[in-house]
Amino acid sequence: MSGNVQLLNDTLAAAKAEQRAALIAYLPAGFPTVDGGIEAIKAVFEGGADVVEVGLPHSDPVLDGPVIQTADDIALKAGLKIADVMRTVREAYEASGKPVLVMTYWNPIDRYGVERFTAELAAAGGAGCILPDLPVQESALWREHADKHGLGTVFVVAPSSKDERLATITAAGSGFVYAASLMGVTGTRESVGEQAQELVRRTKATTDLPVCVGLGVSNATQAAEVAGFADGVIVGSAFVQRLLDAPDEAAGLAAVRELAGDLAKGVRGAA
Amino acid sequence: MSSQFFIPDPDGQVPSTEGYFGAFGGKFIPEALVAAVDEVAVEYDKAKQDPEFARELDDLLVNYTGRPSALTEVPRFAEHAGGVRMFLKREDLNHTGSHKINNVLGQALLTKRMGKTRVIAETGAGQHGVATATACALFGLDCTIYMGEIDTERQALNVARMRMLGAEVVAVKSGSRTLKDAINEAFRDWVANVDRTHYLFGTVAGPHPFPAMVRDFHRVIGVEARRQILERAGRLPDAAVACVGGGSNAIGLFHAFIPDAGVRLVGCEPAGHGIETGEHAATLTAGEPGILHGSRSYVLQDEEGQITEPYSISAGLDYPGIGPEHAYLKDSGRGEYRAVTDDAAMQALRLLSRTEGIIPAIESAHALAGALDLGKELGRDGLMIVNLSGRGDKDMDTAARYFGLYDTDAEVAADAADLAEIEGDAK
Repeated sequence: MSGNVQLLNDTLAAAKAEQRAALIAYLPAGFPTVDGGIEAIKAVFEGGADVVEVGLPHSDPVLDGPVIQTADDIALKAGLKIADVMRTVREAYEASGKPVLVMTYWNPIDRYGVERFTAELAAAGGAGCILPDLPVQESALWREHADKHGLGTVFVVAPSSKDERLATITAAGSGFVYAASLMGVTGTRESVGEQAQELVRRTKATTDLPVCVGLGVSNATQAAEVAGFADGVIVGSAFVQRLLDAPDEAAGLAAVRELAGDLAKGVRGAA
Repeated sequence: MSSQFFIPDPDGQVPSTEGYFGAFGGKFIPEALVAAVDEVAVEYDKAKQDPEFARELDDLLVNYTGRPSALTEVPRFAEHAGGVRMFLKREDLNHTGSHKINNVLGQALLTKRMGKTRVIAETGAGQHGVATATACALFGLDCTIYMGEIDTERQALNVARMRMLGAEVVAVKSGSRTLKDAINEAFRDWVANVDRTHYLFGTVAGPHPFPAMVRDFHRVIGVEARRQILERAGRLPDAAVACVGGGSNAIGLFHAFIPDAGVRLVGCEPAGHGIETGEHAATLTAGEPGILHGSRSYVLQDEEGQITEPYSISAGLDYPGIGPEHAYLKDSGRGEYRAVTDDAAMQALRLLSRTEGIIPAIESAHALAGALDLGKELGRDGLMIVNLSGRGDKDMDTAARYFGLYDTDAEVAADAADLAEIEGDAK
C-alpha cells in the first residue's frame, strides 16, 4: 500500500481553495496512553484540525520544551514502541480519513531501519514524516524510501536559514514546508514574532509548496494572525498542556476538541 | 615560525569535508543551528590558517596553562603492572587541573573572533565546566554551565569553583540527570540564543566541526608526549593508554601516534558495575551505531533507537555516546577499547596515590586500571604512556565514601588492611 502524501497535498490545496490556512495539530503517541492518544487525535480532528502530526516520543528530545518532554517521558515510561506509533497512525487515519504524519527525531528511524519504517508507515496510511534533526544534506536515503512508499518529507526551515539554503531545502521537500516561527524549542509563547512572517516570505520565494508555521502558537488570536501570511498553522504544546491539565481522560478529550475548534475558527480569520 | 603548542592535524584526510571519519560523524542538527555550526567551521578554518591565532593560543598555553605538561615515570606503580616501564602524561598539572583547558582556550579565542559575548557549556565531572568558567573570566564572557543534577551532587566542589569564577551553573533535572541531559539542555539554550552565544562543546563528539576541532586543540598532548618519550626512553612506546568518555583526552594523546603502527592505542571505557549488569557506560564495547548529539557514532541504545541511561562512578565518563573518530579507530582496528569497572578504577586510584604520591581523577583512574592489566601483557620490556587527564581533588568525597576514609574507625582500619594486601601483591 502506498502512503498518503497525495491526501496531504489535496487537503492543503482544499484549505487554500477556501482561502484559509490549514490547522495542523501535533500530539505525541502514547500520551496519556496509547489508546488515550488515539482518542485525543480523533478529538482534534472532530474539533476541526485538517492534519495531525503524531510525535514519536524520544529519550533525548533536544528540540522540545518541558511540556512535550513531560509527555514523551510518560509515554516511554509506559513502554511505548514504534508498533504503537504505527497503530496510532492507522487508527487515526481510518477514523478520520485525514492526513496523518509522523514527527520524529532521526535515531529511532535509523535504528529501526529506513525501509522497514517507511513500509510500515505507508501501510498504516501515514502521509509522511517531519524529521527535525535530519538536515537536507543527510536525507538522501530517507527520501529515496519515502518516495518509493508515497510518503511526504516535510523539512523544517528556521529564521536563521539563509536564502540559498532555503532553496536547497524546499527543492528536496514535499507535502509542505515547516517554518519555525522563532529560534527556540517547542512550547507556547506570548506572541509570534515578525520574523515568522519574514521567513514565510523568503521561503515562498523559493517554492510553490505550502508553508506552514509552527512553534509558539497556542490560541485562536495567534492562529488568526499567522493565517494572515501562512498556508497552515501548527499547534502542539498547547494541546499537550490541555491533556496534562485535565483531571481525567474525558475532560482532556473535551479540552483538546474545544481548543481545536477555537483554532479552526482562528485559521478562518476569526479570533 | 610555526606554532609550538597549537598543532592541528597536518594530514587533514579525516574527517571529510562533510565531517565524516569513515562511516561516522556528520552533522545531524536542527535547521536552526545549521548557520551557527557552519560559522564555527568557517571561523575555525580561518583561525587555523592565521599565525596570529596560533601565536595568541601558544602564549596562553605556555604562560597561563603551563605547557608543556610533564611526563612522569612511575616505577613504583608500574611494579604492580608486571614491571613494565610506564610514564604518565601529566595533564593533571595544567591550570584548572585537567586536559580540558587546551580545548577551552582555543574555543574561547574563537568565540572572541566570532564576536559572540556569551558562552554555554555542558559538564559531567565539572572539569570542562571549570575550564570554561575560567576562560570566560579571563576573556570577560558571560558563562552558563549545564550540569546534570546527580553530577552537581557528586562533584559539588567543582560547582563551587564555577560559581567562584562567575559562571551560572544550571542543575539539569531531566532524563538521567547526568552528562547527556546537560548536553540536551545546552542545545536547547543554544537554539534559542544562538545570535550572541557560542556553545563551547567539551569533547570530540557533536556535529562537525566539533570532533575535528576539539581534537586539534588537544593534539598537543600526544605531540608533546611523543617527543618526550623519545628523549627519555629513546624509543616509541608499545602502547598509549587513556580513558574514554566522550573521548577528548584519548584522541589528544592518540592522534600523534596514529601513523606509528607499532604503538597500540588503547582506550579504557567505564564498565561501571560490570557490562553484564547493564549498569555501565561502555559505548564502544556494548553500543551500536546510532545518532546522538549531532553525529553518527556508537551509542548505548535499545532496539528502537531510544538512548539508554548510562552509569559510571565517574561523572566525566558517564555518557552513552563517544566521539566519531574513536568509532572510526575501533572499526578500522587502529584503536583498541576495553572496559574497566568502577572497582578496578578505584583500586588504581588508591594505588597511584600511595605508590607515587599522585591522586588521579576517577576518570583517569580508568586508564590506570587498564594500564595495570596491559602492563602485565607487555611484560618488563614493555614501554607505555598513560594519559593522566585530570587530578583527583574533585573526587575526594566520592573516594572517601568508597574507601571509608572519613572518621569511622572500622572502615579506616579496613582500608589499611586492603593496602597491606596491595603491597603484598607487588612483592
